[in-house]
Amino acid sequence: MSCSDRPDPMQSRQAERPDANPSRRAMLAAGTAALAGVLLAPGVHLIEVAGAEVAARPAGEPASSKVRWGMLIDTTRCATDCNACVKACNAENGLSGGTLPTDSQWIRKVEIRHRETGRTSSAPVMCQHCANPPCVDVCPTGASFKRADGIVLVDRHICIGCRYCVMACPYKARSFVHEPLTTQKPEVPRGKGTVEGCTMCVHRVDRGEQPACAESCPEQAILFGDLNDPESAISRRIREIATTRIREDLRLDTGVRYHGI
Amino acid sequence: MPGMVPTRWLAAIAAALCAAAFAGAAPAAEPAGRVAKPSISVDRSTQCIDSPEVMRRTHMDMLRHQRDRTVRQGIRGEKVSLNGCIDCHAGPGAGAAAGSAVGSPDAFCETCHRYAAVKLDCFECHQPRPGGAQPARAQADGQSQGRAARAAQAFLAAPATVPGNAPGSGPGAAGAQR
Repeated sequence: MSCSDRPDPMQSRQAERPDANPSRRAMLAAGTAALAGVLLAPGVHLIEVAGAEVAARPAGEPASSKVRWGMLIDTTRCATDCNACVKACNAENGLSGGTLPTDSQWIRKVEIRHRETGRTSSAPVMCQHCANPPCVDVCPTGASFKRADGIVLVDRHICIGCRYCVMACPYKARSFVHEPLTTQKPEVPRGKGTVEGCTMCVHRVDRGEQPACAESCPEQAILFGDLNDPESAISRRIREIATTRIREDLRLDTGVRYHGI
Repeated sequence: MPGMVPTRWLAAIAAALCAAAFAGAAPAAEPAGRVAKPSISVDRSTQCIDSPEVMRRTHMDMLRHQRDRTVRQGIRGEKVSLNGCIDCHAGPGAGAAAGSAVGSPDAFCETCHRYAAVKLDCFECHQPRPGGAQPARAQADGQSQGRAARAAQAFLAAPATVPGNAPGSGPGAAGAQR
């Protein structure tokens, strides 16, 4: 395949849709040019550029620091009475869904009200997957760790359940398992006496899927992708719109960003 | 004759001693012994990742290294995997422990671990029943309980074990099976 082959499908596509958005055409062309080094059929290029951001990592390959997984949560699309992300998280990870202080909660819907203006908004809050995670700083055994691709996890094999990380997390994102469990999902081991939290659905991400909350959102308010890739949908969106992080003053460089709060 | 009686007594004592010795030796010669041997029952239609001898000696090391690579480095799709073990080996068990790798004396993991008196911590956190990479589908479809569950059901449905062909009935049986 030579480079001269490439413009043909683009031109035929433009010819079919003369009213297509010029900026979209430009984006597709740019994406195609960026992939020029990859030997794939032209049709595959178009699908890849326009569609999936997340690719499954091949078996045997470790997570790479070239990638940093993150999420952008558009609170302007997040309805106050909607709980779909929380339910999806509970179902995916085998959580009970209880909200007692002793129940595990990996993601919560939080209502925020501005004190002076009275403006309210609703947002899901989970582990923010900090680049400088306080939970990792304080862990006495090294169980709390950050994976190369930015996902903050607990290695339950060496967690002693001291709950120091629960105290250190400014987002209250960590939970402790108080009771013996028998209904774990095969891919999401959880056990009494250890701390746990949002894993950004690491088992799904590793096979090229979206986290359950992002996939389940009826308004597509949660955008998941690679923050290190300037051409990923999440990076483009962050360039376009104003986003913020919760407790940005702590300079934890979180991987989860919010729009509209 | 005065000498006859002691001789007869001696003979009687000797006979009694011999009988006692036999009686004492008989239980030790029984293959079952006082400790129940592990009863290993697996579906051998597929190949395990290594020979039974290697697996028996090193499965714990394999799993320990794999778990660190997978959790810490994010390496997926390794040859060694606890879920892979469970997919093939869970069961047979009975009652609430049917189809589970632990929870009953004849469950695959527990039968040897009980025999060796080695505590098994994996299933404090890990799910001892097969489900694999498609937990949602496995739940939705009651039919797809996995090969191990079917093997467990077949095992439960089979008539009571006969010493000749039952797995684990003889001292060498555990070595021949996986």
